[in-house]
Amino acid sequence: MNAKYDILIVGVGGQGTLLASRVLGKYALDMGFDVKLSEVHGMAQRGGSVMTYVRIGKNIASPIIDEGGADLILSFEKLEALRYRHYLKEGGHILYSTQEIMPMPVVTGAAEYPKGIEKELPGTGVDALALAIEAGNSKSANSVMLGALCKKLGFDREKFEAALISCIPQKTIDMNKKAFALGYAAA
Amino acid sequence: MKKLLLGDFAVARGAWEAGVHVASAYPGTPSTEITEELARFPEVYSEWSPNEKVALEVGIGASIKGARAIVSMKHVGLNVACDPLFTASYTGVNGGLVIAVADDPSVFSSQNEQDTRLTAVSAKVPVLEPSDSQEAKDFTKLAFELSEKYDTPIILRLTTRVAHSQSAVELEERKELPLRPYEKDIPKYVMMPANARVKHGVVERRTQKLSEDANDFAINRIEEGNKDLGIICSGGVYEYVKEALPEASVLKLGMVYPLPFKLIEKFAKSVKRCIVAEELAPHIETMVKAAGIQVEGKNLFPLEGEFSAKLIRERILGEKPCAACANVPARPPVLCAGCPHRGVFYILSKLKLNVLGDIGCYTLGAVPPLSAMDAVVCMGASVGMAIGFDKADPEAHKHSVAVIGDSTFIHSGITGLIDAVYNKAKITVIILDNRTTGMTGHQNHPATGKTIKNEDTYELDLAEVCRAVGVKNVRTVNPNDLAETEKAVKEELAKEEVSVIIAKKPCVLLTKKLYNGFKVNEKCKKCKACLKLGCPAIVNGKDGITIDVSLCTECGLCQNVCKFGAIDGEVK
Repeated sequence: MNAKYDILIVGVGGQGTLLASRVLGKYALDMGFDVKLSEVHGMAQRGGSVMTYVRIGKNIASPIIDEGGADLILSFEKLEALRYRHYLKEGGHILYSTQEIMPMPVVTGAAEYPKGIEKELPGTGVDALALAIEAGNSKSANSVMLGALCKKLGFDREKFEAALISCIPQKTIDMNKKAFALGYAAA
Repeated sequence: MKKLLLGDFAVARGAWEAGVHVASAYPGTPSTEITEELARFPEVYSEWSPNEKVALEVGIGASIKGARAIVSMKHVGLNVACDPLFTASYTGVNGGLVIAVADDPSVFSSQNEQDTRLTAVSAKVPVLEPSDSQEAKDFTKLAFELSEKYDTPIILRLTTRVAHSQSAVELEERKELPLRPYEKDIPKYVMMPANARVKHGVVERRTQKLSEDANDFAINRIEEGNKDLGIICSGGVYEYVKEALPEASVLKLGMVYPLPFKLIEKFAKSVKRCIVAEELAPHIETMVKAAGIQVEGKNLFPLEGEFSAKLIRERILGEKPCAACANVPARPPVLCAGCPHRGVFYILSKLKLNVLGDIGCYTLGAVPPLSAMDAVVCMGASVGMAIGFDKADPEAHKHSVAVIGDSTFIHSGITGLIDAVYNKAKITVIILDNRTTGMTGHQNHPATGKTIKNEDTYELDLAEVCRAVGVKNVRTVNPNDLAETEKAVKEELAKEEVSVIIAKKPCVLLTKKLYNGFKVNEKCKKCKACLKLGCPAIVNGKDGITIDVSLCTECGLCQNVCKFGAIDGEVK
């Protein structure tokens, strides 16, 4: 990993972006890096578009990643990947779930879910929802994406998985480990 | 040992290390986690108070009795607590009293974007402002010391970005402190005119002395750099400045009220161009200019929204803004799939009623397609506004309701209800009782029968409270039973007196169940009746109407509105 690495995590409120950022933060700190995370709680979390910043490096000042500054965007939903694409650095990578969640303007017919999003995204799509269901439940989609991220960034799998396990409830560990492995294999 | 801590957790840790005895709060994003975290420490008495005013009064009492106390709230919560705040400034403290207040620049989860520093100036209460989690912890500890040294409450001002960012913090141990001796002291603590007159002078001299002493505070520091450009900043903005302008000279203010004018003057004179970079109000800039020191500030920066390193570079270095984001459909927050409030708003929308709303998850009843809200102002305002509707137009009560959450009702809806009965209003109030404080992440309150530490306590009976203040028509409905809810609303609207309908069903997120989700079968006629629910799990896509199983919580509301039996699944 470079001296500084900025990861933007985006998705729909309730998908587990906060958990993903905490796992990343814990891993980075365990590996001896400075790290800053920034999250949004409350109203914005209720099914709205959410973003979380993860900045890893030697000495991090601002907890915010600026537009055009992200080395990688981890997106839990396809439309959200497109929404925040302009945060990506030149040559950056978007790792995204191909899951589509209809925003309310689409549900009400006021807007259409854009077609052909994949063509606009420089990066890798993962069918996290299908893999999560295979692992046991759709709720484990964030662990699928974390598995994919671990592979993509060449993280120490054992330590990264340990960071994940430390952040989730005991009874969901087996399912999340399975989801993680499926994501790891898919990336 | 270093640990990654949320800004709020760092405040809690700092208070704990400083030997805090009492913590009180009403939940409010982004301040909630301070007191949630403090509740985990057995050495600290902690409580969810019914509102911020009571929380601060608990803190004041604890302080007078000799304890160290911390009271936490969001910026608008401080409005509720202003009455005790302004006079606690006069009484001063015995044990240290710290009020952690979290502002919300960019309005991520609030009803306005006010600046706590301005309130603090009015109340004449000093303000410390940390930049990251380490400072959040250190400044909390310092705040207790300053509080006791200068005999004043101290406001620790956070912003969303500091409260809800995580960074590494060096942990230390708790220093256990005995209570400071309490002595009855009428001139100090009894604020009647003769004493208050004297104390006002004391407060003014205290502020002057602090302003003088602050020139030597370590938390107000000059970081020398290039002399062509000097930036005065504090809090989260300091981090953006360091990132955007690593070469510039910086005056970092750890205390933003009162200001160290000598230090500021020295700094301003040492650089060619001096700029104050501060989010929201031109608080520092105005005071510095009034002191006759030339600086720039809001001629460059916006009065609204949070800053970023990018914004600093744009406004000071003239860097071009980035390409705009892709033009994609917005994704506003919505009521969760399975939210017990949905049934009520579906009925209110169907009956085309005027809805006086309140603060909580259910404010999202305003989002299309439900659009079932006419006005939202502040905590508890729904009831008072409904009375106003009724008094302005004697027919209004037939087609308008107040909706208010259980926790919000206890916070400040009860007083409105007393007014309604006392002054013979004809309003209908719907208490959306989801058995928790939802929006802030599920905190207990007096009607859950559990304390902040999850201990059993007296469970306030909302129906009994309503009857006790004189409401004759009190009924409870299951909001997922649409027919029952509609009938109740229609019947109560027809009455010429105060009615309360308690729509009681626990928040769907409280039941941590895993669901398989409902399915749409071949009987679907694509009539789109189910889409009027505004449920995020119901998808109107290229394959017709489907249900997103990753979101569906099997609440059955869609089965309730479907005339064709086109939705398979069983409500458990």
